[in-house]
Amino acid sequence: MAGLDLTGRIGGVDVSIIYFSLLLLMSACAYVLARGRAAEGARDRSFHSRPTYHGLLAFSTVALPMFAVFVAGAFLTQLVAERQALAALDPALVADSLRRGAALRQIADILSGRPVSGDVSALAAAVDTARSVRQIAAAAIYALGLAAGVAGLLFALRRITPDFKARNSFERLVSIVLMLCAGIAVLTTVGIVFSVVFETFRFFQRVPPLEFLTGTHWSPQTAIRADQGGSSGAFGIVPLLTGTLLISTIAMLVAGPIGLFAAIYMAEYASPRFRAIAKPVLEILAGIPTVVLGFFAALTVAPLIRVAGQSLGLDVASESALAAGLVMGMMIIPFVSSLSDDVITAVPQSLRDGSFGLGATKSETIKRVILPAALPGIVSAFMLAISRAVGETMIVVMAAGLAANLTFNPLDAVTTFTVQIKTILVGDQEFDSAKTLAAFALGFVLFFFTLTLNVIALAIIRRYREQYD
Amino acid sequence: MTDTALAPPMTRSAGVDFDSTEARELLKRRYRAEARFKALGLLAVLVTAAFLAFLLVDILRKGIPSFFEHRATLTVNFDAALIDPKGTRDPADLREGDYQALVRAALQSQFPEAQDRRTRRALDGMISSGAVDDLRQAVLANPGLIGQSRVMPLLFSSDADLFLRQRDTLITRRTGSGPLRVEGESNAVTLRGGGAAFRAALAESKTFLAERRRALLAELATLPAAGSNAGVDTKRTELEQAAASIQARIADANAPETLTDREPSLLVAIGDGILKITEIGANEAKATTLIAPKPGSIITEWSLLTLRVPETNRRVNDNVSAWLEILAQRGLTERAFNARFFQNGDSREPELAGIRGALIGSALTLMVTLLLCVPIGVAAAIYLEEFAPKNRFTDLLEVNINNLAAVPSIVFGLLGLAVFLNAFDLPRSAPLVGGLVLALLVLPTIIIASRAALKAVPPSIKEAALGVGASHQQAVFHHVLPLAMPGIMTGTIIGMAHALGETAPLLMIGMVAFIVDIPGAITEAATVLPVQIFLWSDLPELAFQSRTAGAIIVLLGFLLVMNAAAVILRRMFERRW
Repeated sequence: MAGLDLTGRIGGVDVSIIYFSLLLLMSACAYVLARGRAAEGARDRSFHSRPTYHGLLAFSTVALPMFAVFVAGAFLTQLVAERQALAALDPALVADSLRRGAALRQIADILSGRPVSGDVSALAAAVDTARSVRQIAAAAIYALGLAAGVAGLLFALRRITPDFKARNSFERLVSIVLMLCAGIAVLTTVGIVFSVVFETFRFFQRVPPLEFLTGTHWSPQTAIRADQGGSSGAFGIVPLLTGTLLISTIAMLVAGPIGLFAAIYMAEYASPRFRAIAKPVLEILAGIPTVVLGFFAALTVAPLIRVAGQSLGLDVASESALAAGLVMGMMIIPFVSSLSDDVITAVPQSLRDGSFGLGATKSETIKRVILPAALPGIVSAFMLAISRAVGETMIVVMAAGLAANLTFNPLDAVTTFTVQIKTILVGDQEFDSAKTLAAFALGFVLFFFTLTLNVIALAIIRRYREQYD
Repeated sequence: MTDTALAPPMTRSAGVDFDSTEARELLKRRYRAEARFKALGLLAVLVTAAFLAFLLVDILRKGIPSFFEHRATLTVNFDAALIDPKGTRDPADLREGDYQALVRAALQSQFPEAQDRRTRRALDGMISSGAVDDLRQAVLANPGLIGQSRVMPLLFSSDADLFLRQRDTLITRRTGSGPLRVEGESNAVTLRGGGAAFRAALAESKTFLAERRRALLAELATLPAAGSNAGVDTKRTELEQAAASIQARIADANAPETLTDREPSLLVAIGDGILKITEIGANEAKATTLIAPKPGSIITEWSLLTLRVPETNRRVNDNVSAWLEILAQRGLTERAFNARFFQNGDSREPELAGIRGALIGSALTLMVTLLLCVPIGVAAAIYLEEFAPKNRFTDLLEVNINNLAAVPSIVFGLLGLAVFLNAFDLPRSAPLVGGLVLALLVLPTIIIASRAALKAVPPSIKEAALGVGASHQQAVFHHVLPLAMPGIMTGTIIGMAHALGETAPLLMIGMVAFIVDIPGAITEAATVLPVQIFLWSDLPELAFQSRTAGAIIVLLGFLLVMNAAAVILRRMFERRW
């Protein structure tokens, strides 16, 4: 049966396109029927709800149960098919978790007609079992889905009476959908927390947390087989921490003063015409993808710094922290300046007028009145900028190195959390090795570090806004 | 209270004397500080603008050449014996034909003197394998070509292309002064010119020697002090000797120089031929023949070519340089728009690599993102702005959305890897997963923008609707939402532009594979434009550098269009209530 198998799993129900076309068709029919019936009835006596609402409600009473049947069916199929397939396999193979995973993947590939490498004759029985489970399940899903659809349709049609509050029912449904959509944001956070926390926990079963947090050596190359001696892997994040902090510090040394001064100038001095030109310039810079900045850092800025360093007799690494930090600083300038600009313009005019009335010059007003008043906002802008710098990936991946040097020399190559996460997880990975889990542990540290900064910064901004609103 | 109000006003005599020199001095200082502060602010803005300008100019300078390609326009004889030996004209047979041989024959007819295997291979290497495919496509499209001779554009290899763009080496041409007498042939030609014909070239090679000596001396300076280590001492003596011998050669300005492949190459172009100088004096030079000129012993018109980069450091050797030079001289090279760049997928050959696959991949990914995050984002915004009760849960939701907007993008990649790939077993490298991850990434942006747009609609609109009996939802969906739509669309475009430029999370979910095929569905392996840029920037070949910059120009072009659309939309529909 033609269809798309999105799941790549054994139980993947490859009938979705036809099923969903059927679902849409039946729901549309329900809409037309219900609307027509309500409109007809409304000719004789007045209905509580407009015909359209009866139609929309009928549409939902057909579509939702059919959708639910599909989701539940697909889930159950996966469960049953996998269990049955495993039962048909050699028990020795099932006992070995690695080979079991590989076999299941191969069965899924065979079932969805993808090319499979190697000898798979041992899996034939399991494939047949899974296939028959799938066929039965597909038939069952169709039968149940159709039944649910028809039942929904009959139910909806029976409910069409003058007193039935179809609009209220439908609106209740809509509010639930809206709420669920808002809930996805929460779900995303929960998903992030779970995915990093879970893997980090597994990582800490292999590497003690203390070693991870205080170790000064980072080389995650673990032995692939147990009998491979020598490389045991070292997971101390101190060099990564210093590298990240070094680059972020350079970036903030660039972005802090320039961004703040630019914001002050734009908010307090610039004429509307200057603002009209300068604001888009900052916005363009903010919109440049980081991969472009990374390319620029690696191929233009880094060689320039190297040449400049050599002419001064300094030995500059070709992937120096300075190049990455400088370009990252440039990236953050628009961020700092637009946030600070907002904060500065939010300072009430009365404070400025008071200062001018006492005879202060503009710069004195800014330095002694506006900046102190705006300080909480500016601090939080800087904190958000730091969190940006720490979490930035592409610039450091392309312009900073991989070498986990424990150094504070900006001319040396250093590495960061994000670079290591990217390096470990790109390419083929064994999902159970300490190395892969280490990437998630790094992600955990990164997430909670930036989260803390963000929460504090956003809380400060919120309180600040309330103060002047 | 009244006391303060009635206090005697401060008079000049009672307080500070504003006319005193100190006071004037102080005022001047304060005004200077004011000017300084203002200048610093302006400087900050200008530095930022200058950086942006530098970035854009650098990218354009690097990238624009990639929109052009160099081709040789040679006469190709579509020999039936080579491409259709069976004479069937059947496309299946035509596909199997030896089109490489056609290219080889076309080159041979230009340079018949290239006979031995190595030279011939170098000659063939000038032309890209893409040219062979082009010929095949031409014949398949028009089998009538078989048996005919046509002038065909043949794509140069990336090395030849770099040479023609003078990126491999700088080439300076100098018209020869005075008549030149040519004696001997093939590998032992002697060129005699009256009146110091080669003096300038000789001086140039001496300058090069001086540079090398400086490099040696610089290396000497970095060595540790004498006597510390025997190995270092021998090295020091070697360097000193080498520097001294070079010094001796430089000192005698008229002494002839032997040119090896470690010095800049000097080629003499005589009519349709090219000689390579092996030893140069002020009036006389020894040379070998690269391409034989027309016979004749006294030449009046000749020129001297200096290839600045020594042959060992070049990708194109002197032989190939000579061929390219002659082809250009014969008017058989052309520079044309590089349509391939927009039609091809990725390739290991820089001259054949294109961004079509990445563009389609980006389009598919963004489509998934758009379909997911606009309905969900707008729905969430409507809920939070219009329907959510003000309680702690809603508060938490708001804080959560604001925080999510500031979570590093790579963390979303981790989420995609752990949840979509490992838990849900969705296919790796697929636009489906990429779109899902990017949708989660830009969702907060869209929610925040949509809320702002909804908030900007004045409450009177909603109240009027409620007043005539609309339900709360009817008021929102029929009246508030349509008015907020321009703002929501602006936010959406900006969110999409953000998603288009995003790289890091897509690396995590495996969209970094080398993929030649153009993806056709959201479940097929694909890559996106920013990831393609990242992949190319990692490659060592110089030719890929300009491809990378070219792809960046295309990406920035798309972003510019999207942002311009957002700005225009805002201008067109912006309403002041």
